[in-house]
Amino acid sequence: MEKWENNKAWFLVLPAFIIVAFSAIIPLMTVVNYSIQDIFGPGQAVYVGTEWFEEMLGNHRLHDALWRQFLFSGLVLLIEIPLGILIALAMPKSGWGVSACLVTLALPLVIPWNVIGTIWIIFTRPDIGLLGVGINSLDLLEVPFDHTAKPIYAWITLLAMEIWHWTPLVALLAYAGLRAIPEAYYQAAKIDGASSWATFIYIQLPKMRGVLTIAVLLRWMDSFLIYAEPFALTGGGPGNTTTFLSIYLVKLATMQFDLGPAAAFSLIYFVIILLFSFLFYQALLNVGRGEKT
Amino acid sequence: MARIVLDKIAHSYDSNPDETSEYALKWIHSIFENEGAYALLGPSGCGKTTLLNLISGLLTPSKGRVLYDAADVTDLPPEKRNIAQVFQFPVLYDTMSVYDNLAFPLRNRGVPAGKVSTRVHEIAEILDLSLVLKKKAAGLTADAKQKVSLGRGLVRNDVAAILFDEPLTVIDPQLKWYLRQKIKLIHEELKLTLIYVTHDQVEALTFAEKVAVMHEGEIVQTGTPKELFENPEHTFVGYFIGSPGMNFLPCTLDGTVAHVDGTDIMLDHKISELGRKARGKLELGIRPMYLQLCSGSTNDGVPVQIQAVEDLGSYNIVTVMLAGKPIRVRQEEGLPIPSDKARLVFPPQWIRLYADGRLVKSKEVENGKVGK
Repeated sequence: MEKWENNKAWFLVLPAFIIVAFSAIIPLMTVVNYSIQDIFGPGQAVYVGTEWFEEMLGNHRLHDALWRQFLFSGLVLLIEIPLGILIALAMPKSGWGVSACLVTLALPLVIPWNVIGTIWIIFTRPDIGLLGVGINSLDLLEVPFDHTAKPIYAWITLLAMEIWHWTPLVALLAYAGLRAIPEAYYQAAKIDGASSWATFIYIQLPKMRGVLTIAVLLRWMDSFLIYAEPFALTGGGPGNTTTFLSIYLVKLATMQFDLGPAAAFSLIYFVIILLFSFLFYQALLNVGRGEKT
Repeated sequence: MARIVLDKIAHSYDSNPDETSEYALKWIHSIFENEGAYALLGPSGCGKTTLLNLISGLLTPSKGRVLYDAADVTDLPPEKRNIAQVFQFPVLYDTMSVYDNLAFPLRNRGVPAGKVSTRVHEIAEILDLSLVLKKKAAGLTADAKQKVSLGRGLVRNDVAAILFDEPLTVIDPQLKWYLRQKIKLIHEELKLTLIYVTHDQVEALTFAEKVAVMHEGEIVQTGTPKELFENPEHTFVGYFIGSPGMNFLPCTLDGTVAHVDGTDIMLDHKISELGRKARGKLELGIRPMYLQLCSGSTNDGVPVQIQAVEDLGSYNIVTVMLAGKPIRVRQEEGLPIPSDKARLVFPPQWIRLYADGRLVKSKEVENGKVGK
């Protein structure tokens, strides 16, 4: 049978294309435009080719920020994913407890980012903050706790904030995944004499694969883009120890007004996130699949 | 292998049931003999699966005891009972290979690796799974998946019984037949106690040596397929087994004659005698295949009106009207179907009487033949 093609159908995607063009493609293209030119003022632009890219790729401050970023996002994933799963496993399966848990878990998710920053600044203050005063009253630390005092304190505070804020999302996703497992699987596991650990490894974890993939991707991208929390808490300090990629980028673009290098940096940043998201997605999709030899 | 006794069991999903209607299982007192092949047959919602889950220990009965041989296992969880159960939908451990799936129940019980390997290969051989042992279970077809589920049930050779909960529901008809034969073969080879839940009478009658018919939370009759067919002890059994089911006509007795709304039907001497002693609402029952349809010119039987004829290939189902009630007659292909006016013969030896739904029978029959 001959296939009759009507390419006019492509026009049907035109409205969507126009919307995406205005919301994403055109702004992105202006960044591409800046990244290959040196602009002195209106009408005074010089084409510089890949010069900004080369400069940025060799920039030590960018390298440092990138490693810091990897360390931070890695820690976030390592803590939030297992913790979220644990919370989901511990949640009740029915009754009023479910609603209570869901509401409590959702609370951090609905608080605006700058409020979260303020909450944690006050919470950890060594003079009036509950946590700051509490830790210091134990008198265990050589240097009293203050997130501006030592890089490690700043990191711990930032991580705690990030985990407090976003673990509930992982927990909610994992909980949804757990609830979707048919009862017969648990019954079969009981009949087969499986321990609760075996039930977790062979039933619950594989069945949560889909939601956990989403959780890992979301948390990876989000933590890699983190800006608001360190900006509100430390502004990138002490020193540069909490200057993550986005903080450095904003410094470069809006404080030093180096739009060319900042644009090149943005594109590199974008490619890194895209690449890692793709890798995670492929890895999680294929783990435990395929033939055994 | 063990003999399984359900000792006066009742079960309710309600924690404090006070009415009989709140019980999913009302009163079950039944024995499943060692090495027997049993089927639990009944419509959806009659409590078959509940009963199976009580035997396996996934549920604990509200009342009564479950015994494996002499041991009371009522309060033991399934993993301590040593029982196997296969579910309606294939349950597989997706991340494991077929081999690991089959080995799983053995490994969980600390069976040494050498023994596991021998046993898994034996079972794989029986189920034709040898070639896919190294494959991931997730990639198999639906029937292969169900075979793996079956295999996990069979792999332990010391289980008290293997319970099947409508295991062939998701399988295509052709493969269904093949898998049913497989299970039957395995039963003959390995001498296992099997209890098979189904709502499909063909499946139950071809597979099982004894069929327990369930109705609204009770086992109304346990017997061989022949017993269920020829002597249904409850109108429900008559109606549920056979295609189409038994014909039932409300009647009153006068000597050896049953009055069905003005029509007289001759009964067997013995049956009518028993019927006169029975209390409750009387009904006359007869299987469609035992009825004989004659042309209106003879004097046999009673006059009826032909309503409809369904041609089912090798036989016809003829619906006739007797005193305003439809009766189904199963007639072999080729026999003449009288037009309009016809007479229906009720052979007395195949007529059964029911009082309030229960078969009217003599004490000797009750004590002798019908015993389990």
